[in-house]
Amino acid sequence: MRVDSSIRTVIVGEIVFAIVLLIFGIYHGLMQVLYRAGVIKSMSFLGIEYYQGLTLHGVINVIVFTTIVIVALGNAVFLYYLQKPLRPAVQWTSFIMMVVGTLMAAWAMFTGKANVLYTFYPPLVAHWTFYVGAALLLVGSVIPLFFDWLPNYVSWRRENPDKKVPLAVYGMLINHIMWVIMLVPVVIEVLFQLLPLSLGLVQEVNPSLARTLFWAFGHPVVYFWLLPAYVMLYTVLPKVVTGDGKLYSDGAARLVFILFLIFSFPVGLHHQFTEPGITNNYKLIHSLFTFGVAVPSMLTAFTVAASLEYSIKSKYPELKNSLFYWWTKIPYISLEGDKWLVSYFMAGLFLFFVGGVTGIINASYNMNLVVHNTSFVPGHFHTTVGGLVTLVFLGMSLYLVSKLTGKDIKFKGLAVIAPWLWWQGMLIFEYAMSVAGIHGFPRRTNTGLTYLNPDSPLYRPEWVGYAELSVFAGVLIVIGFVLWAISFFGTLLSSPVREPVLELPSAEAYHDEKMPALQKLTPWVVFSSLLFLVSYIPPLYDVTKRGVFFDSPGYNDKSPVPITKPPASSKSE
Amino acid sequence: MDRAERTALFTAVTFLGIFFGLLVYAAKGMNVDVPTCITDVKPFTEGKVIQHAPNRYEIHYLARMWYFEPSDVEIPAGSTVDIYLTSADVIHGFHIDGTNVNLMAIPGTVAYARVKFDKPGVYHIVCHEYCGIGHQDMATKIVVK
Repeated sequence: MRVDSSIRTVIVGEIVFAIVLLIFGIYHGLMQVLYRAGVIKSMSFLGIEYYQGLTLHGVINVIVFTTIVIVALGNAVFLYYLQKPLRPAVQWTSFIMMVVGTLMAAWAMFTGKANVLYTFYPPLVAHWTFYVGAALLLVGSVIPLFFDWLPNYVSWRRENPDKKVPLAVYGMLINHIMWVIMLVPVVIEVLFQLLPLSLGLVQEVNPSLARTLFWAFGHPVVYFWLLPAYVMLYTVLPKVVTGDGKLYSDGAARLVFILFLIFSFPVGLHHQFTEPGITNNYKLIHSLFTFGVAVPSMLTAFTVAASLEYSIKSKYPELKNSLFYWWTKIPYISLEGDKWLVSYFMAGLFLFFVGGVTGIINASYNMNLVVHNTSFVPGHFHTTVGGLVTLVFLGMSLYLVSKLTGKDIKFKGLAVIAPWLWWQGMLIFEYAMSVAGIHGFPRRTNTGLTYLNPDSPLYRPEWVGYAELSVFAGVLIVIGFVLWAISFFGTLLSSPVREPVLELPSAEAYHDEKMPALQKLTPWVVFSSLLFLVSYIPPLYDVTKRGVFFDSPGYNDKSPVPITKPPASSKSE
Repeated sequence: MDRAERTALFTAVTFLGIFFGLLVYAAKGMNVDVPTCITDVKPFTEGKVIQHAPNRYEIHYLARMWYFEPSDVEIPAGSTVDIYLTSADVIHGFHIDGTNVNLMAIPGTVAYARVKFDKPGVYHIVCHEYCGIGHQDMATKIVVK
């Protein structure tokens, strides 16, 4: 379909802005492995400190890049499937808010005023611009839902009372409704705890309460990143894998989205298993719900594999009775038409398989004692968000930019190889980090200065090999990204050869059941919000009334002297 | 849902059920449990080692930017140690390598774990939660003789 040029500029602008920032994020990723292995034995490199770079790597890659790309994908999906124009005023407001917010937070981070990592746990405090910037970015990202997508969805439903809403719209809508719900606790944390503390309006906060509110957001947010990738797995992958494949089951896909809506929220305590101040049985309940939220991903594994099998076998009827051989017919490396996208999806899926297994280990309550805050955790999430999510986003970004600007994809060969280098690098990275983590290698630590420094009294030789392996992995990943970037910017800077259009490959469903219970979203949203609330009443009672004896003043990362409490009152110590 | 889908769903749920059953058994039957909310010990302002009996110790660990109090501790093999942990400033981590003791030190709260040291050796403790510029220097150890 043709797209208004203003809207086209916004969508392409969002993608390009996110990608330009991602370059900084990935650069700091490479720096991380170099520091950690002691290749760079220093507190800072080119004026950026280790922990400052880690903050940039985290915030850019999983807060800014993901959020903005998801908004761009949402715009594309709602526009393409509902065939209703988006409102330029709404889109520009949202885009500008996200850019301004990002720049504010970036200023605080690049000037070293926010070395608090992307979880910003108090009592470490950042400059207020970091919190206000993050808040602007998040508010900007929900504007399209309220003023563009929901009105379009409602009028589409009115015009098509007998039709099911398209699956992609269904998934993206649930994803953004979840986004709004999960923002409530983190907005409370930032507005009522962190921002007043950083502005000096209050002198103390309750860090346990802040962590609990943060993880009430911090877990569902990983599904906010994941669900758009799932939407693409369901609608795009089966279509492009053979040129005309089908999604195995539409009903199963919708059930998956509803299960995510229900189970994404009451699970945050699985990030707080090792914390004092929260009764362990509440943690066990959240662990059970976390196992619940693994079910929709396992169902997705089935549906996606079944769709691949169905699509391959309908193209190669001679493979009808093959159990395993059809896997070899998937176009893992193909330059034909849109099949280059398959590389991104398949490499992402293979990584996600590992990420799912390690995720269930993390969620396993007492087993978390072995791996909590070790490098096992970054190993896990680099195969989920750094694996499937990022690869699908990179692939779809290249695809959308090429369509929306009317340009052919340049250096397609590099674009097809890139995800496989990324995959190989991430796999080695995950292996090194996970195994080292089981041996106690901590995350978020400039280990090159002490634990991996033979001259330090803290030297731990047993970690050296794994850290060196992760350097090799990091280099592979970066080469993969550079190949992708050559293709992306080559495409962006080439001259148009076609009329700019918006197109999304969309697979039809093989099994297309009605499932009326899943069509009305409101009851599910209400149920899920209530479950969220109920699951958090006991732990919130613990961290506000029972387990926490006093609040804490704010600190910066450079000094053990509080920065928010006047010296007079700290005398009582 | 067709038969294959139901089978897949059933398999997934069965596996997860078995996993969950095993971890509940480990928690309740074998006492491998995560820290809970304790209210009988108030946050303290100094670290110390208290010996109750020849093989019974209580260690109060105070995490500070960027060291642990007490620093290196020596105890005999076979000792059972009750560990209490709090922080004097920001959030810190506390992981005793080679054991299941993995705690967070959060100011205003006290974390607790019990551990028995059967094998002699050096047990390294690292702070594994980012706590500022000196985080990578924050470590201590328990020497079991």
